[in-house]
Amino acid sequence: MSTSRTAPSQPHTQMSPTSTESSSTAQATTPKMRASNVNFYYGSFKALHDVSLSFEANKVTALIGPSGCGKSTFLRNLNRINETLRDTRIEGEITLDGENILDKDVTEIRRRIGMVFQRPNPFPKSIFENIVYGPKINGMLKKTSAAEIVEKSLRRAALWDEVKDKLHESAYAISGGQQQRLCIARALAVDPEVLLLDEPCSALDPIATAKIEDLLVGLKQQCTIVIVTHNMQQAARVADTTGFFLLGKLIEHDKTDVIFKNPAKRETEDYITGRFG
Amino acid sequence: MTSRNTRRNAVNNVMLALCGLCAFLTVSTLFFTLGYLVYNGGKSVSIDFFTKLPLSPGELGGGMANAILGSAEVVVLATLIGLPIGFFAGIHLAEFGGKTFSLIVRYTADLLNGVPSIVIGIVAWTIIVVPMHHFSALAGGIALSLMLIPITARSTEQFLLEVPRAMREGALALGANKWRAIATVIVPAARKGIMTGMILGIARISGETAPLLFTSFNNQYWSTGLSEPTATLPAMIYFRAISPYDDWHQQAWAAGLVLLALVLLANIAARMVISRGVSLPK
Amino acid sequence: MATSTAAVSPAKFTKRRFGGDEVAYLFTLLFAVAILAITVLLVCELWIHSSPAREKFGFSFLSSSLWNPVTDQFGALPFIYGTVITSALALLIAVPLGVGAAIYLSELATSRVSSTLTFLVELLAAVPSVILGLLAIFALVPLMREYVEPAIQSAFGSLPIFAGHIYGVGYLTAGVILSVMTFPFIISVSREALMAVPREQREAALALGATKWESTANAVLPFAKLGILGSVFLALARALGETMAVTMVIGNSPTIHASLFAPGYTIAAEIANDFTEATGNTFLSALVELGLVLFALTMVINGLAQLLIVLTTKKGSARA
Repeated sequence: MSTSRTAPSQPHTQMSPTSTESSSTAQATTPKMRASNVNFYYGSFKALHDVSLSFEANKVTALIGPSGCGKSTFLRNLNRINETLRDTRIEGEITLDGENILDKDVTEIRRRIGMVFQRPNPFPKSIFENIVYGPKINGMLKKTSAAEIVEKSLRRAALWDEVKDKLHESAYAISGGQQQRLCIARALAVDPEVLLLDEPCSALDPIATAKIEDLLVGLKQQCTIVIVTHNMQQAARVADTTGFFLLGKLIEHDKTDVIFKNPAKRETEDYITGRFG
Repeated sequence: MTSRNTRRNAVNNVMLALCGLCAFLTVSTLFFTLGYLVYNGGKSVSIDFFTKLPLSPGELGGGMANAILGSAEVVVLATLIGLPIGFFAGIHLAEFGGKTFSLIVRYTADLLNGVPSIVIGIVAWTIIVVPMHHFSALAGGIALSLMLIPITARSTEQFLLEVPRAMREGALALGANKWRAIATVIVPAARKGIMTGMILGIARISGETAPLLFTSFNNQYWSTGLSEPTATLPAMIYFRAISPYDDWHQQAWAAGLVLLALVLLANIAARMVISRGVSLPK
Repeated sequence: MATSTAAVSPAKFTKRRFGGDEVAYLFTLLFAVAILAITVLLVCELWIHSSPAREKFGFSFLSSSLWNPVTDQFGALPFIYGTVITSALALLIAVPLGVGAAIYLSELATSRVSSTLTFLVELLAAVPSVILGLLAIFALVPLMREYVEPAIQSAFGSLPIFAGHIYGVGYLTAGVILSVMTFPFIISVSREALMAVPREQREAALALGATKWESTANAVLPFAKLGILGSVFLALARALGETMAVTMVIGNSPTIHASLFAPGYTIAAEIANDFTEATGNTFLSALVELGLVLFALTMVINGLAQLLIVLTTKKGSARA
């Protein structure tokens, strides 16, 4: 299935030669999420410089770059979780379906934009209670029963068969890879439109990693995915588009193929070929 | 081996042995205390001790039932007042407080913790006993609560801060409000430590005497209400011990044994809870 | 493009609303402020109720050693003296013993033995003061009176601090029981300070051929100096304010004696003994003023202790 590529909004990215649309033609759809001219500060330290980036619906976008380049910081602004840190400030606009999320009620935002963290962080409750937590506090249990939501979410996270007989055991009784899929299931339970993943496989072994990567490719049918990764092969495997960050700036954003085979910027090329980072 | 080395090795062995001796001596005071109490108090602890009222010197028998009840009364009152205040203050310090404000409150709580218990007794006397014109269990309870508040606040804060940031963010990322995340995820995650802190605090105030000396004072009979002075185990131990009567000394030993047993058991139970069960993943 | 949920209409977004978070903030703030209020109340009450004595005696309260309730003359010096002497004695005994024990626990014992013993030390800290007082009256006092003090006197009786009649109760006995109460503080805080010293320090000394003791004394102890000092201040603060055990064996004599075998008095003991029997406004307010003095004293020492401990843990460990 070919999808038309939405023209990127930042000025420096070149168009891929296979593009059939010019950037001046109206985009077929509004991007699901768009960041415009985002500056972000930890105290007086400017961590993000004028980042503009959009995310097409039902696509997987990978954010890559060396340690400290700001990719995780940027991701964490997309669901405003950075606000919980002290002394932070954001400038610019981040929209979801065209509406700026920065001045809306944050709990609603976070229901629609879910997050999976670097290390599995299940609550000290049972598997069942972990998954039901999100729907419960968001009032979603009125229409669907808890058991239904739990099964559906675990199936979407490809974990149902492995834990269906121990739903009421502690979430810590399963392996690290399973815990991370549990966290994915937990995030999916509130039916988010966008799923943010912050290096979700960095603490996992290769087999667990492969399972999660397969999962993501399937999930994008149902939501838009943004994944921060240290692992370029992973980005190549799962992502439709990739953005390269360096020192708080978005250097380049394009189809994954282009970034890895024919990057426009020298910095991107240097990173890809391993000259640094 | 040179003679210098022989000397150095000898010094080494002597000094290290001395350190071991120090450790042995200090720990043995605990066993010494326990042993003495069991030996002297064991003879006088009986059912009577728990059910009868104290008698005049020279009369055999009697017990400290009123003191046991009185202690329970005063400690329960202190817990009801002090635990909630300390608990919520601890939550504020860990979750809501601004940097400077938290610093000030923390410092003040530590300051309160360090106030000698007899001074706390004076303050409780000025604010309750003086207006009421007599001693009361109420004053005793309030005096003890003044001690329980800073202990509970600091330990609650400490255990809340130990909950990993990832867990907090996990709850918030699912759309929880801050207070919801605190109530449904963070506090439950820290609950073992918080409860331990509370048990230890209660055990500590149960053994305090000085704040009770001029608040709840003492009573030879049952106290009939919060506004009456009441006997308490620690106060009884004190007054009996300094009296000139041998059988009252016996009573003091017995009461001491009961009090120490309760306090030590609470401490052991609390520390086992915290060392064995951890609510958080390693 | 269709997603799993229906496209959200702008009306579903609600503006930032005044909700549970603000209420929770205010609710818990109330209790945090309560702690501040209690402390302020404490200081105020002490100040107010000591005013008759303060106005009458001024600073001579602290320098006069005349304590006579009959003539309404109150000078706190004997109590300050007694408090300082007993605390100093307690530290003299407890610091070497405590630091020695801490060294054993941190450097020599296996980790199982070390944690078991540390646990026992913490249990010792939980023993109520009045119970140690019981022990002191009936076990320690006879011991001191029959054996220890006569032995010391026969060896050092020419010194004024060891001269005089032996009662069993007095400064020395109080100092001994007080030292038992301060062991746990010195041991546990010093042990942590020692354990915080990086392994590399010990290894550096050992690699140069030092014995274990030499490495401990020359490399580890200096590093942990500030933390150990902090523990000493903590113990001192505890000793100054300790009431029950001391009251039971101090001898209740409101005069200054040179001999350590003599009976004396401490601030806390005087308050404990006389508060309920004080007649007259001046007497009572003098006792409250004693409480104020004690409060100020412990506040300063505790403040120093906290400072030292914070410095130690923040920097990882003290620098020599």
